[in-house]
Amino acid sequence: MHINSPKFKANVTHALADTRLQKALDFTRPSFAGRRGAAVANLPEFEQLRDIGRDIKNHTLAHLDFYLETWAANVEKAGGHVHWCSTADEARAAVLKICQDAGARTVTKGKSMISEELGINEHLEKHGIAPVETDLGEYILQIRDEGPSHIIAPAFHLNREDWEESFRKVHTDLPADRVFNERRDILTEARTRLREKFLAADVGITGANFLIAETGSSVIVTNEGNGDLTQTLPKVHIALASIEKVVPTLEDATSLLRLLARSATGQDFSVYTTFSTGARRQHDLDGPGEYHVVLIDNGRSNMLGTEFQEMLRCIRCAACMNHCPVYFTVGGHSYGWVYPGPMGSVLTPSLIGVDKAGHLPNASTFCGKCESVCPVKIPLPKLMRHWREREFERHLSPQSSRTNLALWAWFARRPGFYRLATRIGAAILGRLGRRKGRFQWLPFASGWTDGRDLPAPEGETFFARYAREQREKNS
Amino acid sequence: MPNTKPRVALFVTCLVDLHRPSVGFAAIKLLEQAGCHVEVPRAQTCCGQPAYNSGDRATARELCRGLLDAFGGYDYVVVPSGSCGGMLREHMPHLFDDDPNTSARADALAARTYELVSFLTDVMGVKSVDAAYAGTVTYHDSCAGLRELGIKAQPRALLASVDGLKLTELADAEVCCGFGGTFCVKYPEISVRMVSDKTKSIAATGADTLLAGDMGCLLNMAGRLKREGSPVKTRHVAEVLAGITGDLPPIGEGRG
Amino acid sequence: MSKHIILGAIRRGLRRGPLPEDQAMALRARMTAHPRHLIPARSRVPRPEQIALFLRNIEKEFGTFTRVPDLAAIPAAIADYLAAQNLPTDFAMAPHPELAAIPWSERPLLTQRPGRAQSTDLVSLQHGYAAIAETGTLMLPAAPERPTTLNLLSDTFMVVLRASRIVGAYEEAWDLLRAESHDERSGGFMPRNVMLVTGPSRSADIESTLELGAHGPRRLHVLLVDDDPTALA
Repeated sequence: MHINSPKFKANVTHALADTRLQKALDFTRPSFAGRRGAAVANLPEFEQLRDIGRDIKNHTLAHLDFYLETWAANVEKAGGHVHWCSTADEARAAVLKICQDAGARTVTKGKSMISEELGINEHLEKHGIAPVETDLGEYILQIRDEGPSHIIAPAFHLNREDWEESFRKVHTDLPADRVFNERRDILTEARTRLREKFLAADVGITGANFLIAETGSSVIVTNEGNGDLTQTLPKVHIALASIEKVVPTLEDATSLLRLLARSATGQDFSVYTTFSTGARRQHDLDGPGEYHVVLIDNGRSNMLGTEFQEMLRCIRCAACMNHCPVYFTVGGHSYGWVYPGPMGSVLTPSLIGVDKAGHLPNASTFCGKCESVCPVKIPLPKLMRHWREREFERHLSPQSSRTNLALWAWFARRPGFYRLATRIGAAILGRLGRRKGRFQWLPFASGWTDGRDLPAPEGETFFARYAREQREKNS
Repeated sequence: MPNTKPRVALFVTCLVDLHRPSVGFAAIKLLEQAGCHVEVPRAQTCCGQPAYNSGDRATARELCRGLLDAFGGYDYVVVPSGSCGGMLREHMPHLFDDDPNTSARADALAARTYELVSFLTDVMGVKSVDAAYAGTVTYHDSCAGLRELGIKAQPRALLASVDGLKLTELADAEVCCGFGGTFCVKYPEISVRMVSDKTKSIAATGADTLLAGDMGCLLNMAGRLKREGSPVKTRHVAEVLAGITGDLPPIGEGRG
Repeated sequence: MSKHIILGAIRRGLRRGPLPEDQAMALRARMTAHPRHLIPARSRVPRPEQIALFLRNIEKEFGTFTRVPDLAAIPAAIADYLAAQNLPTDFAMAPHPELAAIPWSERPLLTQRPGRAQSTDLVSLQHGYAAIAETGTLMLPAAPERPTTLNLLSDTFMVVLRASRIVGAYEEAWDLLRAESHDERSGGFMPRNVMLVTGPSRSADIESTLELGAHGPRRLHVLLVDDDPTALA
């Protein structure tokens, strides 16, 4: 996927001016938080489960090599194939080769963020294979040639008119008098079209929410059932999974599943949670004849042993973005790549480089809401701060802010000078602002005063007044 | 209560020192009313949070080291800010994780540091204050105080004892106001949109006064309210609890 | 090649070589024991309440149910349900011996077609392997007698479930599978596919508003056979 993260500020300006986007954000915001809140309130053990989820992931990451090898051996025992890919190039090539070996012309796809990360669709298209996204949200985005703006609700920024307009553009046989007054009409149209695609596809590609070492299974979680149709009907199923998806046992996966849907959509459990293990068995009447897992590293192993290792616990529930006031101000596209919101602000610099994604960890107020809802307790603000430290060390932060910081720090280290400087500053500003109590404009302060007044200081600093009062008391 | 009064060092904070010294005096008054002996160590400047959150760990560490000296030997360190309090309690000790000589002192300081209002209720057992305020107020829960220090019930409990004061809760009281330290000037467009959401919620309460426990958030919200021409008055919660609002104009309002 | 590159990178990150054998043994023992973690209290209740919890959750997730005393009562219950929904009376049916043993001839107007589902099927009938009260979830492991397509392709999805197969938590359902299933190919217990189904298919992708029947069934109807005397309140 094309990287737009360096243009974060321009993206934000654009997003703030997009009234349709702002309407969608305002409409969705309370329901995301409300649904999770209700589901959590309904499960008294939820906080304990968060600790358990964190511990399961930590245990697995500490033994990641062992569990991956165990998992891979079990996949092969069940007749599946594992393709180890350390780079995006290798993963794209592996997927293409499986499709070509199957003589594939069309490929259906379940929703997969790692597919976006790797750019699977573009690669298949380049080689004459037609990928069809089957998640409703991803389907409309594919028609519109847009990236997802959210990791579990990829098209929530679009409204009914957008859907109708896009359908009319590509479903050229649609009668002009066909109505799309209701969401149901849109759904029926998409369902009908996609049902044909499911039946025609030669290969189905899904992501994976978990891999289970004990059984060699891959797990997908959906509500629509598109992932299941994708992996059940074609003759070949390819699951794309990154290395941190593995957990040891079904019981471990089960505990994480108790957290996942509640954190994501506020459901107690998603509609379809499906465990796939190998290919069709001897007397089965349906299911794919081949089962492949393309296992992808693509930068993740570099995070092990660093301060960013904790990010590998992420189960992609989107609770962090669903509760992020910055996300709901700027929308997902502003972040400029696959993963938006707080989790993206930590993960994206790891995957594409902090030189390109430097804005992301800075565009946070550190309000801490994301960490408080994360089902596996990733300290997201802390990790964003670590990125700021890397930027500071590598002199990637803007020179102006470095200079200001250095100047301020020079004074703050010297209480005497600091008192003098603040005393003079407060006195001047206090005098100037005494009558109105605020400034509408000040030199070098447009970042503040473009959108708000700057309240004026009282005029005498605390320390000046305190010293004066102490003197008066003693004399 | 033992007869010896606890020795409390007031950590004034940069914004109170520079901008709203009356909050510091309100804090002294409240602490003394609660039975503390209050001192204000002169060697203090800043908790280092601006440097810390800008990725400049070395400067943050150096400033915190200064505080370890300034605040040594007191029973408690009390600060009229959840944000600076959170910095000292939750973050500062980790700056010295790799420095065993300093680490123990840092941990000890963190354990003795409290945000003002929660110190009054949770440590000094204050149940009510001697103050009056004629008006309807609403309260914004600043992020660090709320999520790092668990401050939520304490200010509400004390405000309930203020004569004449009525509290109406703010919808989304726990949602960030968009201040975020240097964030507010690095990403002003986002920050202004966030604080505009906040002022909408404030207006919807019908309250005439907005209170919070952190000067950063207060300057941000007051600045936006005034830019919008809102009549809502903005004050630090300590001003109301200490009953010093009579001769002190609200934040962002002049003397004439 | 890449396998070694990835494993090497992981070990470099973890600052160690391949896991020493004693540690690997401990991890294998953990997998063999597959310890349970915390199980929420909501399903730790007496049998009748467990069944009631399951049925409440089925309805919460937009499913419906009919409770029947035995398998012989299934044809009438299905006939009534299909008539009430104004649905056709022919359906694809799992080729499972328990379903085959149902006295279908008592309702000659119902037509069953045993086998996998086709895209043209409007109604399907599946055999419920087990169910989980905690969230009203059906466990449907793939098998020759339980084809997966039946769960997905029809518009109306019916499941025959015996009350004795309702357990409290997912972990108990896994235990059933571990005890009862053996796969010759893998030597393990996992069939090709295990679907945990909680309610009918749905999507909120259009304007963040829930619509049922996205790609899979729009209706889920459970026919609960009361074969468990301890489950009757």
